[in-house]
Amino acid sequence: MHYFSYIDVGVSSLPSAMSSLSQGGLEALRLIAGADPKLVQIVSLSLQVSLSAVAVACLAGLPLGAAIAVSRFHGRRALIVALNASMGLPPVVVGLLVYLMLSRAGPLGELGLLFTPAAMVVAQAILITPIIAALSRQVIEDAWMEYREQLHSLGETRLGAAVTLLWDLRFSLVTIVLAGFGRAAAEVGAVMIVGGNIDGVTRVMTTAIALETSKGDLPLALGLGMVLLVIVFSLNAAAYLVNETAQRRYG
Amino acid sequence: MVIARHVFVAALFTLAALSTHAQERFITVASTTSTEQSGLFAYLLPIYERKTGIKVHVVALGTGQALDVARRGDADVVFVHARAAEETFLAEGHGVKRYPVMYNDFVLIGPKADPARVGGGKDIVAALKRLEAAHAPFVSRGDRSGTHMAELELWKTAGIDIDKARGPWYRDTGQGMGPALNTAVSMNAYILADRGTWLAFKNQGDFTVLVEGDKRLFNQYGVMLVNPDRHPNVKKELGQQFVDWVISPEGQKAIASYKINGKQLFYPNAQDPAA
Repeated sequence: MHYFSYIDVGVSSLPSAMSSLSQGGLEALRLIAGADPKLVQIVSLSLQVSLSAVAVACLAGLPLGAAIAVSRFHGRRALIVALNASMGLPPVVVGLLVYLMLSRAGPLGELGLLFTPAAMVVAQAILITPIIAALSRQVIEDAWMEYREQLHSLGETRLGAAVTLLWDLRFSLVTIVLAGFGRAAAEVGAVMIVGGNIDGVTRVMTTAIALETSKGDLPLALGLGMVLLVIVFSLNAAAYLVNETAQRRYG
Repeated sequence: MVIARHVFVAALFTLAALSTHAQERFITVASTTSTEQSGLFAYLLPIYERKTGIKVHVVALGTGQALDVARRGDADVVFVHARAAEETFLAEGHGVKRYPVMYNDFVLIGPKADPARVGGGKDIVAALKRLEAAHAPFVSRGDRSGTHMAELELWKTAGIDIDKARGPWYRDTGQGMGPALNTAVSMNAYILADRGTWLAFKNQGDFTVLVEGDKRLFNQYGVMLVNPDRHPNVKKELGQQFVDWVISPEGQKAIASYKINGKQLFYPNAQDPAA
């Protein structure tokens, strides 16, 4: 019994990795400069899905985080640990659970949502709600500790305090929302399963990158990856600028 | 709350996109990675969509997974390549009728240097025996795909019990055809692939077809409407219309006309009752 000694040659792959990177850069430039209609469609679907997921996650996560921050109840600590742990939910597992729920054979099959963008929104929202809830809980609780007496003296109820803190901390919460968006936009495992990566219907940036990698078109995959990075970066820069301007004006 | 407004607008956009999506006439086809990654569907479906106005949503998975998706009622049509698994699917009552569509073949791919010296001949069984004896690195799909099932069948034909014979040389990747090819190329390993995906594959490196032309490497594709009696959400008319077109002279001609670098990838054979 002998093994071939030439397997796993790391050295020879080095020059090809370098050339793939530069080819990827060229592909990225070509894709952006050409405003390829297919790319535009994939990018806009990515943004629609991930921004919708962020919206849903904020509607659920921010009030939840604020509520836990200002209240005291039995099992609160266990809930916080569970919430913090679920920031690390594996996307593939969430994808599989959502798939089983939305499948025709599943409890929500009648809605016919499997393999649609709506299913992808659901999966991403489930992934990022814990992130938004857990991080906002921490930020709001810190502020609650600090301003508790003040808020009490103003006659605020706990509910009122939660709302006030959410509003006052809005600039800090933006970063949390962006963290959620980043996770949603970068995620591939869940949307692949529940969306099916259908060309023109549920194909987003990450699943398109996975597909091109599958086809062995590594430069195109890398190019798409760079486009995704540019988009995420621009969105973050825009949010930062808006946040900063608003803070200066109203903060 | 600028962000909130943006987010709200995006949500509205999505709803709008979803509602137009719902009005569209479409069917969902569970198919294999080979038909998608070889580029066949990207070529074939626009022809069908232009003709009928019916969109075809393809979910590309391994054959085993594609049949499972259909078993749950999540597809209208299956278009796969593993005869035995298709017959089981029919026998369970999940499919209406299986039609042969087209064939191509599997090929044994490996490094041009061919260190295990398996290339040149037609005999896939002899090649596999030599790979096993030499413990040459071999990448397996390991994902219950049609290609994986064919590979297991070939080991059996070679008289090798792969569960016993497997060692570090036999790398079970659990990946689709393309990713498995990427793995094989980077590990300098041998791999069984369908010819279509191989021809369309761009990261071929120093790899080439070493064994081809053996009758046992035949790769038949079949198409079936998912049984609407069993799965009431199946779009019976639209699904059957697609099946009928694929096996019609027009659909068959379209399949034959798909070429990469002048090479035909799939050979229509809907007229062959034994296929």
